[in-house]
This record gives sequence, structure tokens and C-alpha cells, in this order.
Amino acid sequence: MRIRALVFRIWRQFLHDKRTLALMLLAPLFVMTLISLVFNGSTYKPKIGLITMPTALSQRLATESVTLSSYASPASALSALKNQSIDAYVDFHHGQLTIKLEGSDPSTNQAVLMDLQKLTQPTTTHQAFKQPMISYLYGSASMTSFDNFGPVLIGFFAFFFVFLVAGISFLNERTTGTLDRLLATPIKRYEVVLGYVLGYGVFTIVQAFLITWFSVDILGMMMTGSLFVLLIVTLLLSMSALTFGMFISSFANSEFQIMQFIPIVVVPQLFFSGLFNIATMAPWLRWLSYLMPLYYGADAMRNVMIRGKSIDVIGIDLLFLLALSLVFIVLNVVTLRKYRKV
Amino acid sequence: MPNKESIVADHVTRRFGKKTILKEISLEVFSSEIFGLLGPSGSGKTTLVKLLAGIDEASSGSVYMGNITLPRREMLSKIGYMAQSDALYEELTAQENLDFFASLFGLSGKTKRRRIEEVMALVNLQDAIKKLVSSFSGGMKRRLSLAIALLHQPKILILDEPTVGIDPILRVSIWNELRAMSDEGTTIIITTHVMDEADKCDRLAMIRNGSLIALGSPDALKQETNTSTIEQAFLTYGGAQA
Ligand SMILES: Nc1ncnc2c1ncn2[C@@H]1O[C@H](COP(=O)(O)OP(=O)(O)OP(=O)(O)O)[C@@H](O)[C@H]1O
Ligand SMILES: [Mg+2]
Repeated sequence: MRIRALVFRIWRQFLHDKRTLALMLLAPLFVMTLISLVFNGSTYKPKIGLITMPTALSQRLATESVTLSSYASPASALSALKNQSIDAYVDFHHGQLTIKLEGSDPSTNQAVLMDLQKLTQPTTTHQAFKQPMISYLYGSASMTSFDNFGPVLIGFFAFFFVFLVAGISFLNERTTGTLDRLLATPIKRYEVVLGYVLGYGVFTIVQAFLITWFSVDILGMMMTGSLFVLLIVTLLLSMSALTFGMFISSFANSEFQIMQFIPIVVVPQLFFSGLFNIATMAPWLRWLSYLMPLYYGADAMRNVMIRGKSIDVIGIDLLFLLALSLVFIVLNVVTLRKYRKV
Repeated sequence: MPNKESIVADHVTRRFGKKTILKEISLEVFSSEIFGLLGPSGSGKTTLVKLLAGIDEASSGSVYMGNITLPRREMLSKIGYMAQSDALYEELTAQENLDFFASLFGLSGKTKRRRIEEVMALVNLQDAIKKLVSSFSGGMKRRLSLAIALLHQPKILILDEPTVGIDPILRVSIWNELRAMSDEGTTIIITTHVMDEADKCDRLAMIRNGSLIALGSPDALKQETNTSTIEQAFLTYGGAQA
């Protein structure tokens, strides 16, 4: 009853404030469009697995900037490929080179294929090979960098704009005195928090739907998994942004101070979300990523969009997102004690 | 036995950090009286009123409503609180603001609609009910805040400077209404700077620097200090303290 009153109030506020609504719903689409137009990938040293490779041949590769490892059978190489410990493997059988790429990162694909070209080029001592057979575990040769980074960016912008809008509106509730007024009614503290979560929840559903539909159908981003699963991921990520934004707002006294939190608590999440390779990061830094909603969100997004994984694979990511949201909800209820002791 | 709707402050002290804002205040607000709090700016009126409403908690000492110790969430449903600063949702219409707070107090359907009409008539804002609050003047916002405090017909009404920015004619009609409500059994606590309003209270508490310096009916206070106005009485008490 009281929660419903709060939910309705939030909806009405949104309907009166069309600009904020537009910021939350349309700004992510705008930014995604821009990025899809300008995005350029970067290069990277590929990790390649070798199966039954004559030493003379592997020596040609070893001189290049690649990390090599050997596998006894295609099966063991394939499982290494699946858990992403290598980017590709090469099999040499009856004079035929077979290349299989993990495939989800186009810039890695490019780097792998460039290096493997060295194998097939004729030299003074070797004649040219037949054209190698190339296949992809995920993705394809036509995949672009945008397809690879896109899922992370969907997650980031869904997170960012919900964080901003929720943080600022909860801050306003405090600075305009309406929070005190609200807490002078018999509403329970958890009802305030849940009212906000449900009130904004509806808009985050709309936002999640818009941004995934726009990225896949309009911008043509690669999408191999189910749209429904993707929606769930986006929604849970937005939920964590919402509860996190509310929590952060209690440490700010003005909208400007909320902005100051962005480079501190939002932007770093981008670095840990797979936009850059975190395998090379110091272990203690990597540990930080486990506290970041976007880390789980981006991982799940990529698994769904590029690798077509279903809910049983990304379930663990979703569980962590849900757990983080719950933690923030509890923190918010506790923080409200600052304004009313009971 | 104290009456059910009386409010008692027992050696109440409120500190913010190291600063002591209220010092050992003890007083009782009787059921269905209009109790005025008078004091200079910064003396601690708002702080005290929040403690009496059970919105804030004393650093030491206790506040009781009947025999229940405040703050207590359930008790807030008996209280109509009008804060000193208008806490309204500016981006909503007056109607939407009223509707929101009415729902929080559990009003619904016909009762809700009827109460909204009644309180808006009382503060003479019927014509502006569909307007956005952001387009309201200061006095209009004040009146809407008052209307919201009255919505659920609270047993106890706590008003922090309710008549600031309200014109004399409307002020008179609001005071008439407050008097009528108190006659029907509502306990009213009101803070004010305005001396002629203080005169209309049944009893007055005077605060200075967070201490209670006088307590009694306006006439008794005037008599005790041998003065003819509340203003002079206040100055006399203040002088005696300093
Ligand atoms: N949350 C707070 N933190 C720190 N100090 C506070 C807080 N609230 C009030 N004060 C201090 O307590 C003192 C009394 O404030 P209060 O608002 O109760 O005064 P007042 O009598 O209502 O004044 P006015 O007539 O101007 O409304 C002021 O000095 C104020 O700075
Ligand atoms: Mg005050």
C-alpha cells in the first residue's frame, strides 16, 4: 500500500520530467550509435596451441610475438580453447593446416591469422602449403570489434544512466527535505527503499528492452543467444546500478558531488569489465573486479551475445548481480537510519 | 495518569556532534491544547519540535506520548507534521502531492478524495489543485504543506512556523480552524516568531539558547513579569537569563 503510493509517485515524477526520462532511455542509444560508428579495435599478442607440429614449422612461429603451447590431441586443445586459455590452435595433418579460433574478439582473430600467415608463406627452404582450413568456435570472420565490445558497452551505459538518475533523484529527495517529510509518516524504511527499487524498476525494464533491441536490430550487433536472457542480464545490472546509485547518493550533498563519484566508482568498472584484458592485471587488482557489478554484467552479456550461452552458464553472474543488489538494498535501509532512528 | 494525547519531555538534551542544542528541557503538552513555542532564530525550536513529534531522538532524556516512549514509528500515524521548510515534490501537481501523502497515511477511495477537497478548501487552494507545485508562490507552498499535515485528521498537529508568508486574512481563518480543531480534541504544537500568534496559544514555552526560560499561559507570563505584551515578557525573561 505505502510502497505502491511511492511507486506511483515516482512514475508521476518521471512523466512530468520528460528530459530525465529521455536521458535514461535515449542517451544510451545515442552513445551506442556514436561508438558503433567510430570504434577501432586494438592489437594483442595471441596465445596459440599447437598439435603435432613439425619443429621446423613451429620454429617459424616461435620467433614471432606469440605465446605457444602444445597439446597432444585436438580434444585437449579444444577444451583449452573453450575455457579461453588459448585464442586458437593449429593442427597439422597430412600436409593440411587446420586453424580453429576462439573467435569472440575480432582483433584477436586478426592477430592470430596474421601470425599464422607466416606458416603458409613460401620460403627458400619450404614450398607453399595448401590454403589452411579456418574455423571459429564462436563468432565468425565477419565479426567486428563493435560486436565484441558492444555487449560490454550496453552493460556500461545501462548501468551508468540508471546510476546517475537514481542517485540524483534520491539525493534530491534528501536535499529538498522531502525525505524528512516522508520519514515523518509511518512508512517503514525498507518500504522507502523497495518503493524506489520498484518505481525505478519499471523504467529500467523499458531501458533494458530499448537498449538491447536497438543494439541488435538497429545497429546490427552480433547476437547469437536469446534476447530474453539478455534482457534479464540488463535488468539485473540496472537493478544493481539503481541500488548502488541510491547508496552512493548518501555520501553526496549536491548533484555536483554525485558527478564527482563517477570517475571513482563508475568509470573504473569499465576497466574491469573486459574492455581491456584483465588477465595481465595484478592479482589484488583482479580481486577488486569481483566487487563490481559491471564485471558480472559484462561477462554475462558477452556470453549471451557472442557465445550464445544460456542461463545455466551465466547463472552464476546473475546470482552475483542479484546478491550485490540485495547487499545495496540492505545498506540503503540501514543508511536511512541516519534520518530516522526507527 | 497522563492523558492519552499529551506529550511529555523529560530532561531532554539534544547534541549535534559536540554542540549542545537543547539543554535539559522538561515540559508537558496537555491534550487538546494549543501549545506555542517561542524563541529567537537558532534557539532550538525546530530541534525540539522534531523530538516532540518523534521524528528525531534525544541524546539524553526521554519523550513520551501517553505512556509510550518516542520515537516510535507507529506513533507517526497520529501526528500531522508540517516542517519549517516546504518539503513538497515540485515536479508534481498539488493534487499528486496530496494523493501521495494521503496514501502513505492509509487513506483511499472516497475518503481520500473527500479529505483532499476539505483541506484544500481550508487553505483556500482549490483553484490551484491541478497546478505544478513548482509554479506556486511561497505562501501557496506553505498552505499546501499545511493542507498535507491536516490530511489524515491527526490527533496531534505539529506545525513549525506555519503562517510564514501567509496573508493576514487567511492567517485569521487558519487560526480559527486550529482553534476549532483543538476544541474537538486535537493537540496542537506550534512554533512562531509572531508575537500576536503567541498570544493566541493556550500555553507558551519560551526557549533561548536551547534552554527553557519560561512556561505558562500568555496571561500568566505577562503577569509574572509585570508586562503588557508577550514581547516584553520574553525580553524580561531573556534579560534575567543573560
Ligand atoms: N542536523 C543538525 N546538525 C548540526 N546542527 C544543527 C542541526 N540542526 C540544527 N542544528 C543547530 O541547532 C541550532 C538550533 O536550530 P533550530 O533549527 O532548532 O533553530 P530554530 O529555533 O528552529 O530557528 P529558526 O527560528 O531560525 O527556525 C542551530 O544553531 C543549528 O545550527
Ligand atoms: Mg526552526
